[in-house]
Amino acid sequence: MKPVTTNFRNKAAETLEDKQIQQSIEHVYTGFFQGRLSAASETPNWEQLRSKGKEIKDHTIAHLDYYLNLLANNVQKNGGNVFFANDAEEARNHIIKIAREKDVKTVIKSKSMVSEEMGLAEAMNDEGFETVETDLGEYIIQLANETPYHLIAPAVHKSRSEVAKLLDDNFREGDPVPDANQLTMLARKKLRSVFERADMSVTGANFAVAESGSIALVTNEGNGRMTTSVPRVHVAVMGMEKVIPSIQDLSTMLRILIRSATGQRISTYVTMVNGKRSPDEEEGPVEFHLVIMNNGRDKLLRDSQTRESLNCIRCGACLNACPVYRKVGGHAYGWVYPGPIGAIVSPVLTGLKDASNLPGASSLCGACHDACPVKINIPRMLLELRYRTAEGSASKSERSSSAKERTVWKLWKIGMMGRRRFDLGSRTSGLLLRPLVRNGWMRIAPPPISGWTLTRDFPSFASKSLKARLSKRNRTSKS
Amino acid sequence: MVDQFAPHIGEHTVDVLDNLGVAVEFASEQTCCGQPAFNSGFRSEAYPVAEKFVEIFERVNGLIVVPSGSCAAMVRNYYKDLFRDDEDLVRRAEKVAGRLFELTEFLYKFFGPSAVRGSSNKTVTYHKCCHLLREIGIDEEPVELLSGLEGIQIVPLERADVCCGFGGAFSVKMPDISSAILDEKLDYIQSTGADYVVAGDAGCIFQMQGGLRRRNSDIRVVHIAEALTDSIERGKRSRNRQ
Repeated sequence: MKPVTTNFRNKAAETLEDKQIQQSIEHVYTGFFQGRLSAASETPNWEQLRSKGKEIKDHTIAHLDYYLNLLANNVQKNGGNVFFANDAEEARNHIIKIAREKDVKTVIKSKSMVSEEMGLAEAMNDEGFETVETDLGEYIIQLANETPYHLIAPAVHKSRSEVAKLLDDNFREGDPVPDANQLTMLARKKLRSVFERADMSVTGANFAVAESGSIALVTNEGNGRMTTSVPRVHVAVMGMEKVIPSIQDLSTMLRILIRSATGQRISTYVTMVNGKRSPDEEEGPVEFHLVIMNNGRDKLLRDSQTRESLNCIRCGACLNACPVYRKVGGHAYGWVYPGPIGAIVSPVLTGLKDASNLPGASSLCGACHDACPVKINIPRMLLELRYRTAEGSASKSERSSSAKERTVWKLWKIGMMGRRRFDLGSRTSGLLLRPLVRNGWMRIAPPPISGWTLTRDFPSFASKSLKARLSKRNRTSKS
Repeated sequence: MVDQFAPHIGEHTVDVLDNLGVAVEFASEQTCCGQPAFNSGFRSEAYPVAEKFVEIFERVNGLIVVPSGSCAAMVRNYYKDLFRDDEDLVRRAEKVAGRLFELTEFLYKFFGPSAVRGSSNKTVTYHKCCHLLREIGIDEEPVELLSGLEGIQIVPLERADVCCGFGGAFSVKMPDISSAILDEKLDYIQSTGADYVVAGDAGCIFQMQGGLRRRNSDIRVVHIAEALTDSIERGKRSRNRQ
């Protein structure tokens, strides 16, 4: 998927005006966020589980080369093939090559954000392979020719009638809108025949277990299980950070992932895939491929200030918790990963200069840090990226602050470095602004605070500073 | 921010502490902890200001009380990032941070949940400012402090722990997003029927009050120091009458 991170402000403004989306997106709070809270409160050792999850991820990322090697060896031992793709293009080309060699006609996909990074479904369709998404949300998005809105709920912004229009060719504006069950049945009917004729599947991997060479898939619709068992070729794609050491670790990670994502104790399906069908088995693919993709993750890994973002298990809890995401929606972020974690990953993976608005689009409220199942300190990393945006090296295309902005902060510093200057500065500003003040507040203010007064009154400078007031009090009480 | 825009918050803080018999000094050279520049990414500008903060407060004995969860978070949680290339300064900052408390944290820790005696005839609701809640870890403690006041009516605020949209420079740089978040907050505030919204950070107070003014609402957003001082004085008056 091609990043368009420069458009954040416009796209956000558009979404703020869209009443239907604002209403639909509420679900991430009332459904997912509150679901996570109650699931966490029902789990007695929740905080220990989160700490354990963080430990597992910290450890694996610190020894990533070792565990990726172990994983690759064990997948091969199980009879599978492993391909390390340095970027999205390499991954795409490799998968298309497999499809050609195996004379594939129809490809079914289950949900995978990494395949979104590759723009895989689109590319395969362009190459003449019928490629269909089988996750209901992804299927809707594919029909609408859009990109996912949320890490786990790609079509969360769509209203029921929009979905009906996409799924039911006979649906006309004004018709009674079918309920969710009816819509699901419609999709099921359409997808069933595709499942039957599919000869290749592409899935993601929520986790890849190094010690056993298996991948784990978390789904609620059963499509993951169909996808991994019906077609004769199975290709699983994963970002290189998705490996974990052991099955025991998987038990911890699944517990925190699922509770944090939807508030369920366990998803309807957890599918474990150990590769291709073994000789004594009657069903399953005859060929298994694992594609492990880098696509810029080495940049996150090398940089001690952003490395922690590789701990992300893509549960979406930070999106659901984020007051900004809940207003601007998923498309504003302009690339595969939206919300707070996207505001870190996208700038590093696609270029900070173009994505400089993303780390800025946060009130630093910390709700993401609180919600993260592996305790990723997202605000800290947002601040780090803001630092690079403001003062980073121009040669590395990091800095995007304006000369005006830099001057404002230089002046601010001068004012803050001495109490007399500080008082003089505020007295002068106070005097200059006085004509605008009514009852202690301003309805209109000049730059750099003019943005504030578009929607809010701004307080005026007090006639006497706290220092002046307190010293007056002391004099009065002493005399 | 308190010093120049809302000195009454500072005075009320002094009043609350005075009332408990705490000897209060105001370090008169102080300006700012550096957070505005730090949060905007301008660390070169934040650095000397923060360093000066450390110098000023390491010369002061005793505990340091700030009427802001946000400033407390900057000193306690982020100075180590700002000063990361100077281990010595990090250690000096840690020493200062170890003596620094946010006001309600200080009251609760050293004087308990019924630290303040007073009375109030107001209906109030409490907004949990983000940095106080999530960076300092003060959650229901301020509500406990308030609920000890005679006659006060405390009504719950739906989604009290969701941000008001302030976020410092964010509120000016992305005013449309900041205001959309604020609008949701104000809807919940107005549905409580409270006279006062009590909060712990000047920035959030300006954001919410500034927005309520545009809605022509009479609801006042007050700092907890003000709510406590008012109640202390009202309590004294009613005891004198008896």
